[in-house]
Amino acid sequence: MNPNYIFTLLAFITILCALYVVISKNPIHSVIALILTFFSISAHYVLLNTQFLAIVNLIVYAGAIMVLFLFVLMFLNLNKETEPVKSTSWLTAAAIASGCLLVVLVATLREGSELVMKSPNGHAGLVKTLGKLLFSKYLVPFELSGILFLAAMVGAVFLGKKKGDDDQDELIIQDNAGGNNG
Amino acid sequence: MGNSIFDQLPISQYIYLCCVLFAIGLFGVLYRRNAIVLLMCIELMLNAVNLLFAAFSSYMGDSNGQVFVFFIMVVAAAEAAVGLAILVMMYRNTRSTDVSLMDKLKG
Amino acid sequence: MENLLWIILSPLAGFAISGLAGKYLPKGTTGWIASLAVLVSFVLSFSLFNGLLSNPAAIKKEYFTFIGSGNFHVNFALSVDRLTAMMMLIVTGIGFLIHVYSISYMHSDEGFYKFFAFLNLFIFNMLILIMGSNFLMLFFGWEGVGLCSYLLIGFWYQNEAYGKAARKAFVMNRIGDLGLLIGIFLIAWQFGSLDYDKVLDPAKLVAIAPGMITAICVLLFIGAMGKSAQIPLYTWLPDAMAGPTPVSALIHAATMVTAGIYLVVRTHVLFDMSVFAREFVLIIGLCTSILAALIGLKQNDIKKVLAYSTVSQLGFMFIALGSQAYVAAMFHLTTHAFFKALLFLGSGSVIHALDGEQDIRKMGGLRKAMPITFWTFLLGTLAICGFPYFSGFFSKDEILAEVYKHNVVLWALCVGSAGLTCIYMLRVLIVTFWGTFRGSEEQKHHLHESPALITIPLVILAVLSVFGGILNLPPLLSDSIAHGMHHFLSPALNLAEVPEELSPLSQLNLVVVTVVVLALAFWYVRHKYIAKQVVPETDDAMSGMGKVMANKFYVDEIFDASLVEPIEKTSDFTYKWLDRKWIDGLVNSFGKIANAMSNLYGKMQNGNLEYYLLYMVAGIILIVGYNLMK
Repeated sequence: MNPNYIFTLLAFITILCALYVVISKNPIHSVIALILTFFSISAHYVLLNTQFLAIVNLIVYAGAIMVLFLFVLMFLNLNKETEPVKSTSWLTAAAIASGCLLVVLVATLREGSELVMKSPNGHAGLVKTLGKLLFSKYLVPFELSGILFLAAMVGAVFLGKKKGDDDQDELIIQDNAGGNNG
Repeated sequence: MGNSIFDQLPISQYIYLCCVLFAIGLFGVLYRRNAIVLLMCIELMLNAVNLLFAAFSSYMGDSNGQVFVFFIMVVAAAEAAVGLAILVMMYRNTRSTDVSLMDKLKG
Repeated sequence: MENLLWIILSPLAGFAISGLAGKYLPKGTTGWIASLAVLVSFVLSFSLFNGLLSNPAAIKKEYFTFIGSGNFHVNFALSVDRLTAMMMLIVTGIGFLIHVYSISYMHSDEGFYKFFAFLNLFIFNMLILIMGSNFLMLFFGWEGVGLCSYLLIGFWYQNEAYGKAARKAFVMNRIGDLGLLIGIFLIAWQFGSLDYDKVLDPAKLVAIAPGMITAICVLLFIGAMGKSAQIPLYTWLPDAMAGPTPVSALIHAATMVTAGIYLVVRTHVLFDMSVFAREFVLIIGLCTSILAALIGLKQNDIKKVLAYSTVSQLGFMFIALGSQAYVAAMFHLTTHAFFKALLFLGSGSVIHALDGEQDIRKMGGLRKAMPITFWTFLLGTLAICGFPYFSGFFSKDEILAEVYKHNVVLWALCVGSAGLTCIYMLRVLIVTFWGTFRGSEEQKHHLHESPALITIPLVILAVLSVFGGILNLPPLLSDSIAHGMHHFLSPALNLAEVPEELSPLSQLNLVVVTVVVLALAFWYVRHKYIAKQVVPETDDAMSGMGKVMANKFYVDEIFDASLVEPIEKTSDFTYKWLDRKWIDGLVNSFGKIANAMSNLYGKMQNGNLEYYLLYMVAGIILIVGYNLMK
């Protein structure tokens, strides 16, 4: 099968889903569309012969991050089409800005594409190769990313904690005490 | 099959795709007012970059690019966690996730 | 000869000790330390002088390089020849006496230690000025003494008028210094060196254009004009009397103001080459001498009279220099240092006794209350008047004789000036010491002779004033010790061994004329102030020429109207119109533009996250786009 067809199909799905993420009024729909986008991107990874990334993408993005998004949506009860629409001037501004960026990015990267040496290596995307790299050349950044996660986790917990949680607890206890006395 | 895909599919195709994805994500960031959708659009942009990294890496047969993708994923996950936590905080305070309400950023 | 360095280091050390530690030392100690420092210099100078008496060769010593640039080198070097040695003796000798005098005179002043620190610094700078072996050292000392003069005139700086007088002295001196500096630059340019040895070499001078030499001479003389208070830069000296009296005696009579004389004598080789410069010096000296004498006639402040007298006598010295009578100028410089220091110190003694009263109209009859002061002041007055056989008689007569050789008309004018000197000095003497006391009862009660520390220097200086003439007697009186100073200085000044003489008859004639003029002056003053007991009228009662003279010929006012006011008006105009309106306006408009721009950008910064995102994207587009275009 011609890889061009596969690519075109995948690209079509990817862009369509991505557009839906942006256009959809309902955040839940956006999340679903985003998950679909990630799946199609994982397919791209497979096409590019980078199996490790394909799997990690699915696990991390589609599996972990998007679940987090969904959870928050449900938690905050935002699954309604309540979002106020921005004015058309914002629409044009956003369209012009992203269009301009698209143009300059394409123009810049196309020059870069000519610099690519075409010496593809089938082993580049293998788990084994990447694992060796990660645990030798990139060992320190790898460990540091662990610390980053820890920091992010602590930060998230701290932020997510209700302000004055402890005080409220005390209040409840006092109320209970008062109730008993009464 | 090995290298055949790289011969038949020019890398410029991936460049176009990734740029379009990135631009879509950017448009979402600029246009949407719901902070959660904003965060999702950011994820979209990050993924566009990831895909481009992977494409270049594969075409050049160099694994280093894929390691970067890995690290970007790490950062994205951390960012999503913290970002969503902030969002929850914001919702608690303002009962809304509308970024138009975030207008206190001046001295 | 390590002594050379010690001579200048001793006062410097004195300055450092009294300046830094004076506050913590017991009062009076600083005065003695400072005096001791000058005494050390004096003793060392004296031994140096003794050595030079037998061997006229100059002593030179180089210490380090001041400026070294390519072929141009200026060293910190000292050089002592006989001329320098003589100046050193005057500076350190009279300086020492005045230091001792000041211990008593300033004893109740708060800034006692400061005063002695400045005095020592002055001695140091003055020694550098005269001992330096090049023009840069001279300029260093020149500026140094100017600074000390400024500090000491404004010593009682709480009084605003005194501070202004100090400023005036400083500014006037700057004008002269500018001339001196340009002169030095011209020398450096023409000769490629500032060393006296190289510049003042007659063999080399032939190669320099005469016009250039004249220019250098005139510029150097402009420097001398400022420091030695000649027309038109003399007005600072009378105002400088704002300083304590010992300062007036040391700096503004005996030493610093003679720096201009020293400069011309030192560079007389140049002046010998330029007739124009000499005539210029002569005319300026003569005009100054007469003008200052006329002003002095009507002054009622005892120190002001002495100040104008100093200006007049300095004019005399320049007259001598203009007639190429360098030895006569140095001779008069020396005797003048004696009797003018004496007169100032005597007036200080009077002022001290009267609790700061300086107006002679409020004095009178002090003869009996202050005998030592009176007698020494009398001797000083006789000396300055040129009373026969006093020091001033010989030195002034020598100048007059030299001028006579030069031009008879000028001579007549000089004699007239000498007569005026006689009149105003005797007027001061008589009004102050004869008659009845005209001050308040309280002052009369306090009248007393000054303590020994004040009177001893007076006596020493009186002796010197009387017998100072021995230094350079005319051969008419004695052949064996005649021309002592001429013989002493001739190797340093490259003069002939025996000076050119007028015939004894004409010499005698000159002396007789002078004596007659002086006698007339004596008679006039005696008639007016003793016989008639006239007291100078109050300021309101003055009229006619007397009023003009009392107001110093309105020279200050003329300066104000012709120079100060136009400059002030111009600066007012440039300030209000050019600076405020245009330059400030331009600068402010930049500020306004920036303000307007920032208001625009300020509006962009509305605090809304969405807008910031848009700006960020725009920025990224611009950066990437710019890189693309490149």
